[in-house]
Amino acid sequence: MKWEVVIGLEVHTQLTTQSKIFSGASTAFGAAPNTQTAVVDIALPGALPVMNKAAVDKAIQFGLAIGAKINQKSVFARKNYFYPDLPKGYQISQFELPVVEGGAITINVDGVEKVINLTRAHLEEDAGKSVHEDFHGMSGIDLNRAGTPLLEIVSEPEMRSWQEAVAYAKALYSLVTWIGICDGNMQEGSFRCDVNVSVRPEGQQEFGTRREIKNLNSFKFMEQAIKYEVNWQIGEIEEGRKIQQATILFDPDTGETRMMRSKEDAHDYRYFPDPDLPPLVIADEWIERVKATLPELPVAMQARFQSQYGIPAYDATTLTSSKEMAAFFEAVVAAGADAKLASNWIMGDVSATLNREEKTIAESPVSAEALALLIKRVMDNTINNKTAKDVLKKMWESGDSADTIIERDGLKQETDTGAIEAIVDAVLAANPKAIEEYRSGKEKALNALVGQVMKGSGGKANPGMALELLKKKVG
Amino acid sequence: MSLSLEDVSRIARLSRIAVTADELAATQNQLNRILHLIDEMRAVDTTGIEPMAHAQDVFLRLRDDAATAPDRRAAFQAVAPAVENGLYLVPKVIE
Repeated sequence: MKWEVVIGLEVHTQLTTQSKIFSGASTAFGAAPNTQTAVVDIALPGALPVMNKAAVDKAIQFGLAIGAKINQKSVFARKNYFYPDLPKGYQISQFELPVVEGGAITINVDGVEKVINLTRAHLEEDAGKSVHEDFHGMSGIDLNRAGTPLLEIVSEPEMRSWQEAVAYAKALYSLVTWIGICDGNMQEGSFRCDVNVSVRPEGQQEFGTRREIKNLNSFKFMEQAIKYEVNWQIGEIEEGRKIQQATILFDPDTGETRMMRSKEDAHDYRYFPDPDLPPLVIADEWIERVKATLPELPVAMQARFQSQYGIPAYDATTLTSSKEMAAFFEAVVAAGADAKLASNWIMGDVSATLNREEKTIAESPVSAEALALLIKRVMDNTINNKTAKDVLKKMWESGDSADTIIERDGLKQETDTGAIEAIVDAVLAANPKAIEEYRSGKEKALNALVGQVMKGSGGKANPGMALELLKKKVG
Repeated sequence: MSLSLEDVSRIARLSRIAVTADELAATQNQLNRILHLIDEMRAVDTTGIEPMAHAQDVFLRLRDDAATAPDRRAAFQAVAPAVENGLYLVPKVIE
């Protein structure tokens, strides 16, 4: 039987605010345990929450960026459950009226575009952390994270493969970091994904029973977890067993998923509007004000790159994968480099070297201006492309400019015809067979000799000029 | 709408409230009376009236985003039953 996979995502993005969503405690990561807590965060009786305006700003930014509806009135609700890292006994979240509804994100898998619709995005507070080392048979609780603002972003179950799910998560990641509402630090838990997975026979209308994989904090783990889970579910059904709704965890060490809790003891959260917080009202002026501060979005920038710089769609998409890379590209072009060459260099040698050194483009030791100068030296034929690659390597290591390295190492392309002519003569003398082939109509026979001329010149000959000379001498 | 005895035990368990077998029937009776009152209110025709999310007609107050709270860990932990290495200690919880 052919099976269809159905996936929906709930992503918790930690918002980049200075202080918590309902208190004035700091949200900075890595502080000593419990040093960043206010009375609200540790739930001292009588302490009341006061909403952080910046958290709402960021939710509005997100809503605008995905073309969603910003609810003029939204309501905070209590989600009730007992766990020691949640001292109030409930999490303040949104239930019936979230701040953002609808919207969509376009993903691209192997060149095929697909629109993934979003259900909603709501504001809520994060819980604290349990430390399960052994404290004389007890657990330790750190409430520094309690009350950190989160935007939970919920998609419709519209993804049909792990590739689509990962593409969606990556697109969402790049969007929230692009507009700056999330720092994107996945190791620190700033972007955590819950993935709902079910399978059904192809052609069946109703969804199968889903299981929810909790708290995936890497795209690689997401891929592994979904692959494993889909196989497991299909195996169960094919052996005649039924899938039970459950919450599961992915173990990166074994590559397997395992049950956290089944539906029987799943929480019944008994949501109700929080009497401590009257409705959040967002006027049109507020939305307009946020709209004015929104940066140019990736999709708009891709279109502009294609029309303004005449680069292909693929290049435009790659260059706008992060705001930093897009800015770097524009800086290289602004410094005088040809746009397509700039694109090739950034997507090619520069990205490859950054990847190898696990650096971001912001950390590149070669500045946009320095790269532009190197590209200009290729454009004005001072050096050929192959030499330029070596020069970039040296720029990377030494921090010297392209001109300094070209001068110091004597890499300037040989444009003295006389000097190249001598090398061409020598190469031709050693390859009578190639000459014969060329004369009998095999045009390409001489191309093979260009490499030998280049080698003879120590890489300094201009390949175009070498070919011209070869043809002239033989013809 | 009314609750069964099983409903009452379940709600008590979710709320971490110990309701003994003797108290169960009385609790059921009290809760059902509240639900009955809600039923009466529900019978009122509210067509065209926007539901209220809060008893008062007020909007959410907002504050500027500034980390202003000082570190008061020592004071907070002075009243905690057990602390170690800056952590609050609680009975072991593993899901």
